[in-house]
Amino acid sequence: MGYRAVRFYQTGSFAVGNRLVGSEDRSVQSATRRNNSLSSGHRACQGCGEALGARYVLDAAMEATAGQMVAVNATGCLEVFSTPYPETSWRVPWLHSLFGNAPAVATGVAAAFKAKGRTDVRVVGQAGDGGTVDIGFGCLSGMFERNDDVLFVCYDNEAYMNTGVQRSSATPPAARTATTEAIGDALGNAFGQGKNLPLLAVAHEIPYVATATISELHDLEYKVHRAMTMRGARYLHVFVPCPLGWGSATHDTVRLARLAKETGLFPVFEAEHGEITGVAKIRRRLPVEDYLRLQGRYRHLFEPVARPDVVARIQQLADRNIRRFGLLDGDAENDGHGGACSSPDAARTGEPAP
Amino acid sequence: MARQLEGSRAVAETVARCRPEVVCAYPISPQTHIIERLSTLVGAGQLAPCEFLNVESEFAAMSVCIGASAAGARSYTATSSQGLLFMIEAVYNASGLGLPIVMTVANRAIGAPINIWNDHSDAMAVRDAGWVQLFAETNQEAADLHVQAFRLAEQLSLPVMVNMDGFVLTHAFEEVDVPAQEAVDSFLPRYEPRQVLDPAAPVSIGAMVGPEAFSEVRYLAHVKQLQALDAIEEIASEFASAFGRRSGGLVSSYRSEDARTVVVALGSVLGTIKDTVDELRASGQRVGVVGIGAFRPFPAAAVRHALERAERVVVVEKALAPGAGGILAHDLSTALSGLPLDVHCVIAGLGGRAITKASLLELLGDADAGQLESLRFLDLDRSLVQGELARMAAVRRSGPTAENVLRDAGVVAARLS
Amino acid sequence: MTMLKPFAVTLDVGSSLANKTGSWRVERPVYVDRLSPCNDACPAGENVQRWLYLAEEGAYQDAWRAVVEDNPMPAVMGRVCYHPCETACNRAQLDEAVGINAVERFLGDEAIRRGWELPPCGPFSGKRVLVVGAGPAGLSAAYHLRRLGHAVSMYDEGAAPGGMMRYGIPRYRLPREALDAEIERILSLGVELRTGHRVADAVAAMEADGFDAVFLAVGAETSKRAYIPAGDTARVLDAIGLLHAVEDGAAPFVGRRVAVYGGGDTAMDAARTARRLGATDAVVVYRRTRDRMPAHDVEVEEAAEEGVQLRWLSTVKAVNGTSLVLERMVLDHDGFPQPTGEVEELQADSLVLALGQQSDLSLVAGDSDIAVRDGVVAVGPDMMTGHPGIFAGGDMVPAERTVTTAIGHGKRAARHIDGWLRGSSWEPPARHELAGPSVLNTWYYDDAPRSLRPRLEQARRASTFDEVVQGLEEPTALFEARRCLSCGNCFECDNCFGVCPDNAVVKLGPGARYAIDYDYCKGCGMCAQECPCGAIRMEPEVV
Repeated sequence: MGYRAVRFYQTGSFAVGNRLVGSEDRSVQSATRRNNSLSSGHRACQGCGEALGARYVLDAAMEATAGQMVAVNATGCLEVFSTPYPETSWRVPWLHSLFGNAPAVATGVAAAFKAKGRTDVRVVGQAGDGGTVDIGFGCLSGMFERNDDVLFVCYDNEAYMNTGVQRSSATPPAARTATTEAIGDALGNAFGQGKNLPLLAVAHEIPYVATATISELHDLEYKVHRAMTMRGARYLHVFVPCPLGWGSATHDTVRLARLAKETGLFPVFEAEHGEITGVAKIRRRLPVEDYLRLQGRYRHLFEPVARPDVVARIQQLADRNIRRFGLLDGDAENDGHGGACSSPDAARTGEPAP
Repeated sequence: MARQLEGSRAVAETVARCRPEVVCAYPISPQTHIIERLSTLVGAGQLAPCEFLNVESEFAAMSVCIGASAAGARSYTATSSQGLLFMIEAVYNASGLGLPIVMTVANRAIGAPINIWNDHSDAMAVRDAGWVQLFAETNQEAADLHVQAFRLAEQLSLPVMVNMDGFVLTHAFEEVDVPAQEAVDSFLPRYEPRQVLDPAAPVSIGAMVGPEAFSEVRYLAHVKQLQALDAIEEIASEFASAFGRRSGGLVSSYRSEDARTVVVALGSVLGTIKDTVDELRASGQRVGVVGIGAFRPFPAAAVRHALERAERVVVVEKALAPGAGGILAHDLSTALSGLPLDVHCVIAGLGGRAITKASLLELLGDADAGQLESLRFLDLDRSLVQGELARMAAVRRSGPTAENVLRDAGVVAARLS
Repeated sequence: MTMLKPFAVTLDVGSSLANKTGSWRVERPVYVDRLSPCNDACPAGENVQRWLYLAEEGAYQDAWRAVVEDNPMPAVMGRVCYHPCETACNRAQLDEAVGINAVERFLGDEAIRRGWELPPCGPFSGKRVLVVGAGPAGLSAAYHLRRLGHAVSMYDEGAAPGGMMRYGIPRYRLPREALDAEIERILSLGVELRTGHRVADAVAAMEADGFDAVFLAVGAETSKRAYIPAGDTARVLDAIGLLHAVEDGAAPFVGRRVAVYGGGDTAMDAARTARRLGATDAVVVYRRTRDRMPAHDVEVEEAAEEGVQLRWLSTVKAVNGTSLVLERMVLDHDGFPQPTGEVEELQADSLVLALGQQSDLSLVAGDSDIAVRDGVVAVGPDMMTGHPGIFAGGDMVPAERTVTTAIGHGKRAARHIDGWLRGSSWEPPARHELAGPSVLNTWYYDDAPRSLRPRLEQARRASTFDEVVQGLEEPTALFEARRCLSCGNCFECDNCFGVCPDNAVVKLGPGARYAIDYDYCKGCGMCAQECPCGAIRMEPEVV
């Protein structure tokens, strides 16, 4: 399947909308009737990728479930900037409990609706990388393993931003954080550590795992919709740049997400029941330096002393992703369009939602 | 109809008759028999509709209950000891969110050293978590308290913890009249949540509250606990009329009306204490007993009323606040402040040590003779303690205390050197 | 259902709208319209981007109407224009320029095929204007003047209207069906045309017939000559004469070997015409190099495809019967050709001179108010000559000599004439800031190489005057239109509406674009950065 790539309509499938195509080929975000699940007035920083990602995901989920959806949120930026008393920005039923328990809370919500026979109500859990990859991982793994009927979404901005930019196990090598400073011989976060949660999710052989970025909205929305056609545990890992934590310009948030994918540093793929079923190909391959240079957290790789050796190591990581996932055009079947590839076996995709 | 039942099973069957919609479980002794039985009941379709979830930790168990309760489902779990501590963040969270979860705590000691036997350290560790904490004296009461707990929790939007002594009650076979389904159904109305995750009427639950309103939120939590004082009594009375037996309530008094010495305790030890009191009464001593049925909210007024005529109060408690002493005794002293009576704290039964009638007789004898200290450790083996203290004073690397004491006690063989 | 919700912990949805985050802003996004490079480059002043926008939607008639607002001859334009719009097109930086010219031709051909009519003329102004010359400038002026409500008479010396479009551009580039149809459509607006009518004196004609204004557009149809010693037997023709004769059906005998002397488009046309007239060898002799040739690349390419040979850095010294004496040239450091003294021979049955054209300005010779400099008539910015009420345009005034430029002159002159007739003056609208490639975010555009126009098969190109370059089919034309990047002007892609993390962009509906909700816009700049076409600018917030 894969989302239906729109070709040769001026902006194809890359822009949010497209006046030249039918509504079925437009993104949810292009519609004035979109839910705006996260409404104006929230206190996210200027240019926040997570705020954008959360609206993208929840609006798509609301669309996919015809509004029958409940969101469960871990502690973190998203929770703090959206619900400081006395105001909330959410326009969906929303529950925040703790930092490390969102997957389990989501399980509880899903269990409640199941017990009540309300299987039409679907549950989306969401957390940042800290709440997913680190403190929430136990609960997440349990939720996966039980195959609870929850779509869990990680908005990955690669560090603990809410507490002031400390390292998480999703922080990439060489990135400066408040706990991986570039001091003395240290060049930011260590190489060879950290967790690849999407692949850990794949290892649980749950019905659906996908990665996405906020730069390719159609792909992201397709994945939310795809996830919502299935029952059981589903995981979506969304790459959301953070201007504050990354030391990037507020207007570069979407651009950085695009560069992460186009350099190969963030592979965009789909997997079902433990098998990778599609990858989004790189459209215009770029060196990692194009991505790194836009971010203050990598400034120490360029000044005062340039460290091409470290940049080269990061390039190797990107190259490895490109090899490992077959991210280049011609590596495998490809629609050439940044979209996910077809699932070779649609029958394996879990029972469809009613 | 009364049957010979294991305490855990009596509780499980009673809980099932309360029709919980979500039950989650993580194994820890000594609560395991409760959730095993519930699992069977759900599996056999005798408890339906109900989602039974085997989760990966107690933290997850409470978290699942939080989600389920917020979505409007009657939710239940059970735990003990380390498990309660592992979920403590979620325990606080459940009460903060005002979710009427009912949890059985099969009371057990907390390590290190690890110890699976009964005392009240676990319950006491979460006494400020904002939950109602009820303590059962017998398995019948343990069963009955669950019916009352759901009613109370849902009436007040407050989570309720039913404490029953691990092993002593959970694994004891006694005659228990499991509340009948129809009676439970008429006593316990359908759960109407005060707030719920509903796509038709969305709300945001779990906001961040800053200094501008946090004190008010906490004050309201306190007020809600105080409201529970009345509700606990009302529900206990209503239960008595509906089921024909007295269970629960804030405090229970036994032969204390004219007592000079009143023993105060929580849970199953009250039975032994009552036997002891009966024996002492037979010999003409004016002793009585007051059992605390609700530790949180602390029934200060009821306790004061029950104890105001006594000369001496001996608190026998199965928990210790190291460096401070008794916990119940401290709350009790506050409640009794200004009254002309002495409060003695006796730390007893830690980690499953039996509280025998003989020890209690000796204790009360000392009390009667004016020889009871304000803080006593019942049946403490002084020689073991002295040996370890001496060792620690003499040798810097004196080794682990627990193992040293066990070796001295002859429980494990002396290390070959 | 209303709930008595727990204080502070549970909140009503969407209540953060009370928090006006617009106060955080230090920069504000502002929607702008920039000048697209195609529009900027169009000598006819077409709103290229606008009509492409309409064509993108398949609204071809609307698109055609947008073309004829400025240029009444899209079918001609789509064939003969050298499309500076495509040279300027930003898409060339991405893959290849949009095939604007091909789309224009498609629209023009559709209009002819479907019989679309030009928009109605305005109410009669009571003024009469004489247009001298029915070439592209004259036809364009006549059209615009009619639409502005003036009565128009057009006099032309030729037997049929069209000027150089008819007598200078061969049929294989511009089929006469298309030309005739578009001229007829203009005339049908009520333009009085007198062919075979030579105006000997402009002022006299204006006064004699009582015209309120005159537009002179006589073109430049006289071939320039060069002195070349030639024997009696030498057959020397001029290119314009050759092309004109072919159009009149009186093609001269050119022989088997034809040399064409010159490097412009007319030289190419002459050589290609010679091939069609039976020449097996057609050689263009030019004194400089190819990159210095004035002929457009496409003309040179097509000529070469048809077997026309090109001889660079050569001048014709003399003609001896069927033998030309050529002298080799070298370019000096200024790029000018300098003789070397080396000579060679070239066998040719005839020599066609294509050394450029000049205007016959005798019709203004008697009026001292009308200045002539360097063989062309001087006009002001309003295209008026020194004689009040007499305007001039096209090849007879100083400008690039292309059909498109002439059509642009016709439009501009018509507007100035209209202003002058109404006692006011026409001010061209202010030009917006140019939308160069740097304002674009090209990521969003589809990967779409341009579609090629089919060409006539080679065999028929050598022997017939059938049109060489074919038109696009509808799907291809649509594809091509949709390759437009809409540089500098919102095309409603919804990116700003989508990428705003604060939902501070309001979508106003089809055609109405968007507005920024400054109550909530934090000024992050993402909308401007992610706008594909550069239609949003960040401006410092005035505190």
